[in-house]
Amino acid sequence: MKSLWQRLFASQVWRSIFRHGLPESNRTRAEAVFYNFFLHIHPTKVRKRSVKFTYTWGLGGLSFGLFIVLTVTGALLMLYYRPSVPQAYWDMKDLQYVVSSGQFLRNMHRWAAHAMVAVVFLHMLRVFFTGSYRPPKEFNWVIGVVLLVFTILLSYTGYLLPWDQLAFWGISVGTNMARAVPFGVGDNISFLLLGGNIVGENALVRFYVLHCFVLPVAATMLMGIHFWRVRKDGGV
Amino acid sequence: MKKDFQVEEIADIKKAPKRLAFIKNRSAARVKREDENMVMTFPNLVVKEIIAFEVMVILLAVLSLIVDAPLEWIANPEHTPNPAKAPWYFLGLQELLHYFPPVVGGVILPTVTVVALIVIPYFKINIKGEGLWKEHRRETFLTLVGAVGIVSLVLLLFKVYAMLMPTLIVTGFMLAPYFIKREHGFIAWLGHRPLSWWVMTWFVMVVVVLTAIGTLFRGPEWSWTWPWEGIY
Repeated sequence: MKSLWQRLFASQVWRSIFRHGLPESNRTRAEAVFYNFFLHIHPTKVRKRSVKFTYTWGLGGLSFGLFIVLTVTGALLMLYYRPSVPQAYWDMKDLQYVVSSGQFLRNMHRWAAHAMVAVVFLHMLRVFFTGSYRPPKEFNWVIGVVLLVFTILLSYTGYLLPWDQLAFWGISVGTNMARAVPFGVGDNISFLLLGGNIVGENALVRFYVLHCFVLPVAATMLMGIHFWRVRKDGGV
Repeated sequence: MKKDFQVEEIADIKKAPKRLAFIKNRSAARVKREDENMVMTFPNLVVKEIIAFEVMVILLAVLSLIVDAPLEWIANPEHTPNPAKAPWYFLGLQELLHYFPPVVGGVILPTVTVVALIVIPYFKINIKGEGLWKEHRRETFLTLVGAVGIVSLVLLLFKVYAMLMPTLIVTGFMLAPYFIKREHGFIAWLGHRPLSWWVMTWFVMVVVVLTAIGTLFRGPEWSWTWPWEGIY
C-alpha cells in the first residue's frame, strides 16, 4: 500500500502538478509554499510571533474566507434569481419553499455577509492597535479602508435584492441620506444609483449589476493588491 | 580617506523604521545571521489558516440551520413601515440623522470619518507611540480639557447624549493617570497609551454605542424603545 502511494507521488503526472516531493524536509516544505500558486503569497518562513493566533486573530484571512463563502453561495443563488419586479420576490419564496436547501443557501449568504462587515471592521481595529499601518505599509492601510467601504457597499447593494419591505425601505432610507449632499450633487448621485427618483425596477437591476459584477470584480482586484503588498512589506 | 557618508546606528527599531544597507561589490544582499524564531510556513501557518476557515464555515452552517434570513412582505411603496430602518451597519448614521441636520449627519460626518481613517498612517507625529502623559503634562491636561469641553458643548447643544456619554467616559479614563500616579497595574497601563490609541478607542466606542442604540433602542417615530418592548 505504502509503495503504491510512493509510486504515485513519484509519477510523472503527479510531479507535473506538484513539482516537489512530500513536505517531509524543510526544503520540500519551503517548495510546497514557493511552487504553489495559492500559497506563494506567503513567505516560505514566517516569524513565530506573527503566526500566533492572538496577534492577528486571523481576521484578515477570515475576511477573505467569508468573501469566498459569499462568492460560492452567491453564484448558486444567482441560478434561482431574476432581478425584476415582482419575480425577484417570488424567487425568494421559491428559494424558501421549492428549491432544495434554498433557504439554507440564502441563510448562509445573509449571515456571511453580515459577518464580513463586522470581521473586516475588526480586522481594521487589529491593524490599528498593533500599529501595523506604520511605514512602509501606509498605502496598504488606505487600500484596506477602501476595501472596508467596498464591503459595506457590497452588503448594502445585496440588501435590496430580495425585494421585500425590509429591502425596499432600507435602500430608500440610505439613498435619501445620499440626497442630503448639497448643490444638487446628492440628487444626481441618487438618480444615477436608482435609475430614477424612487426605488423601482431600474434600481433593482442597477444594484444587481453592482452587487454581482462591478463591486466583486473591483474588490477582488483591490484584494490582490492588498495581499501582494502585505507580502512585499514583510507581513505574513 | 575621508568618508563621504555617515551611518547612524540606533538600537531602538521604533526610532529608525527605515534602514539603509550598503552592499559592497561581489557580495550578496543577504543577512548571514539566522533570524529571530522563524518557523516554516508549511505546515505551521497553512494548517492554522485551514482550521480557522473550516471552523468559520461550520459556525456559519450551524447558524444558517438555526436562524432563517428575514423575508417580509413584497416591497410596497404605498406602505411605509414605522420606523423605516437601514441595515444595522448604517443605523449609527441613521441615529446621527436624528440629532443633526441631514448634511451634517448624512454627509459631513461620514466623509470626515472615512478621510480621517485614510490619513491615519500619514501622521508622522509620535511614531514611537509614547504615552499621552510622558511629557508636557500640564499643557496636555489643559489642551485635553479644552478640546473635550468644546466637543461636549456642541454635543449638549444638539442633545446628542449618545455621543456625550462615551466621550466623557473615555476622557475620564484618559485623565485617570494624570491624577492617580501608579507604577504598575491598569492605571499605569492607561498612562502609557498614546493619543492615537485614545482617539481610535473613542471612535470605536461612539460607533458601537450609536449602532447599538439605532438597532436595539429605537422604535416607531424613532422614539426610545427598550429591547423588551420590541426590536424594530
